[in-house]
Amino acid sequence: MVPVILKNVIKRLEQGIYPHIIILIHMVLGTALVYTSPRSNLAFLVLITSFFTLYYFKADRRFKLIVGVVLTLFIFPVVGVRNIFYLEVIFQISVFAALALGLNIVVGFAGLLDLGYVAFYAVGAYLWAFFGSQQFYVLPFAPGTQPSNLPFLLPGDAFYLFMFAAIFVAALTGILLGTPVLRLRGDYLAIVTLGFGEVIRVLANNLDKPLNFTNGPQGITPIQRPTMPQSVVDGFNTLFGGVVGHEVSPADMYNVMFYLLALAVIIVIIFVTRRLDDSKIGRAWTAIREDETAAIAMGIPLVKMKLAAFAVGASFAGVMGVLLAGSRTFISPESFSFMQSIGVLSMVILGGSGSIPGVILGAATVTILNLQVLQGLSLYLSQLRQSDAVIPIINFAWANLSTQLDPAKYQRLLFGLILILMMIFRPEGLIPSQRRKRKLASDKVESGE
Amino acid sequence: MKRFLKSINVHELLRPLGQLVFFSLGSTVVLSAIALVLALILDRTVVGQTLFERLNVSLYTYTLVNLPQVAIDGLTIGFVYAAIALGYTMVYGVLEFINFAHSEIFAVGAFVGVEILIALDKFGILTGASLVMAYVYLILAIVGGMLAAGALAVAVERVAYRPLRHASRLVPLISAIGVSFLLQDVIRLVESLTTGQFNRIFPTFGNFDRRVILGKMTMGATNITLGVSYKSIIVIVSAVLMLVALNYLVNATKIGKAIRAVAQDHPTASLMGIDVNRIISLTFLVGGMLGGAAGVLYALKFTRIDAFVGFFPGLKAFTAAVLGGIGNMTGALLGGIVLGMLETFAGSYMGVFTMGAAGTEYKDIFAFSILILVLIFRPQGLMGANVAQKA
Repeated sequence: MVPVILKNVIKRLEQGIYPHIIILIHMVLGTALVYTSPRSNLAFLVLITSFFTLYYFKADRRFKLIVGVVLTLFIFPVVGVRNIFYLEVIFQISVFAALALGLNIVVGFAGLLDLGYVAFYAVGAYLWAFFGSQQFYVLPFAPGTQPSNLPFLLPGDAFYLFMFAAIFVAALTGILLGTPVLRLRGDYLAIVTLGFGEVIRVLANNLDKPLNFTNGPQGITPIQRPTMPQSVVDGFNTLFGGVVGHEVSPADMYNVMFYLLALAVIIVIIFVTRRLDDSKIGRAWTAIREDETAAIAMGIPLVKMKLAAFAVGASFAGVMGVLLAGSRTFISPESFSFMQSIGVLSMVILGGSGSIPGVILGAATVTILNLQVLQGLSLYLSQLRQSDAVIPIINFAWANLSTQLDPAKYQRLLFGLILILMMIFRPEGLIPSQRRKRKLASDKVESGE
Repeated sequence: MKRFLKSINVHELLRPLGQLVFFSLGSTVVLSAIALVLALILDRTVVGQTLFERLNVSLYTYTLVNLPQVAIDGLTIGFVYAAIALGYTMVYGVLEFINFAHSEIFAVGAFVGVEILIALDKFGILTGASLVMAYVYLILAIVGGMLAAGALAVAVERVAYRPLRHASRLVPLISAIGVSFLLQDVIRLVESLTTGQFNRIFPTFGNFDRRVILGKMTMGATNITLGVSYKSIIVIVSAVLMLVALNYLVNATKIGKAIRAVAQDHPTASLMGIDVNRIISLTFLVGGMLGGAAGVLYALKFTRIDAFVGFFPGLKAFTAAVLGGIGNMTGALLGGIVLGMLETFAGSYMGVFTMGAAGTEYKDIFAFSILILVLIFRPQGLMGANVAQKA
């Protein structure tokens, strides 16, 4: 009886004016919570999940668009500037969402398991790191021995140019790497891409001799930030100064700008992905993914199409790499480990490979788990360590717990669990792609349910 | 007793031994020849002159004098790779699936073995142990590692792979990657909760660190003693024993026949009255045990292990399996030995030959480059003949 009533209530809520109200309430509630308690993780979660309500409920498209724009362009920057940690989380979510969307093209659309995706991210990052720092003049010096008064090779303005250059450089790398290996069958391809990812990382680690290209394990720093006119900071201050509550420094403004840049890249990716998905190329990818042999029989140029997927996916990672180098001003090979590749893969798998909203949801979930939940646990644990508390039943003092046990470092556990559980229980992901949904529905009809 | 002796298939016992000797000698000779020829060519160039100025010895002599040591080191690591590669290749043969978590099963074997020895050491048993007892304890550690790794491999198959057996190819692979990552952190979690340490060190006992001196050679002004450490001998001998035993199990027993049948065709094997699931579990058990033993041997040779110790050996063993032709057991032996040799030769000589521009640090890339080259030019591997692409 109760479930029926509940079902009816939910049905009512999904129609007419109600979705609009729910979306608005959720958004306003989240904003108010974060605004009044800027340190609470829970409040931030409420705000960020308003995106989910926005996606889930059926409402007028224009209404949705406006709410989305308000959320991303006004509320997030303001909230982020008030608490810089949120901005970091939001920025990371957008970076990883862009990466996951790029990988989604390779894994989700074309069905090629790429385990070395961060290699392209690294290519983009090192591209700007080399040209946007003093590294060019450091070439003849061993790491750590260069004089300190070297000039920068290119001005900060070149950053914007390099965001475009990275598209081509990374795509070219993708084609170069892909040409020899894309003839391989799926599982071999996975291992070879893993190998390529490691090769790029080892190269970045060791190309400090004979000529010092990458500065070895120490990494390249300082990398220039793009130039930002003072008027942008002033403009932001006059517009939002009242709501933010304090004067925004250029450093904070940079973070906002990088977030907006990442957002712009995401929008471009979504646009390109959707157009590609509906095109001849997209259908060819689907065909390859579902049955390679049949695709060849239908006259699809297999290697060419796979290369296209590789190149498109790589180019997005390259752009994000440039963005990362610019925003962090520091790049080292450690940021491009195999674990990062698996992290991005787990986002795609968790959200639903081939599904754009799914992948974004996956990126947000994994990043929040990673940054907020694991780090929150770490913080809690370190507080417990400093206290006199004991674990109740086994009577073990928290203070004696090994300092090796730092939950923030247990990302592998997180990624591993996500991958295994999703594969066993929900291989189509949290938000399955339309095609998967149709396929699942038809499977159900066939089995007579 | 007589009937038992008669039932032993001597041919199957001797054949792998012959293969091992042939592969080891063959790869040693070929690689040594390549190294020497390169040394001869480079001797007159600036490379040789630089070395002469530094060590007062010609490049050719340098290469020649170092050869025996390099070959033995290469052989040692090659046998470890071969033992791990067999785990990959057996699972691939039966399920056509890359067991990505095999590297962590190897790591668990290493940890269990080392922890057993550390525990023995704590009670003071190891320090006063006689030579014979030292070997008994080592065998105990190896057996412990084997059992733990075998049990883990079976459990992983049961939990993470079996439910996915009829899904598309990439699904179990992704699950295996997940298992691999999960296990790495579980090992770390257990270690940090129980011992509070990141690294574990193989305790020193017995005569494993000593060397058998074979001879002395002079190189320029310095004398070099040629020798084989007991460690290397133990690693090689135990690896050979395991490989022979495995070969016998697969090729000369009823169970082995069942394994081969399942590898060829699941439904037909099942029609012949073979319990396919049991055979698959058994394959994981055997592969896991080999991996676990290899883990303990690896720890013996390299002394220090951490939770991520399995990654590179695992990847290289996979490379070895592919190099030899995945699914083919003889191929895994060949691939392991060749890869171990190649890697050690590259690691030892590349630095000298390129005047320090590219040295040992590129050792890991070397294995990947081989993997990529093999997959491009001979995807079926050196010995694989019939691993055609299955849709």
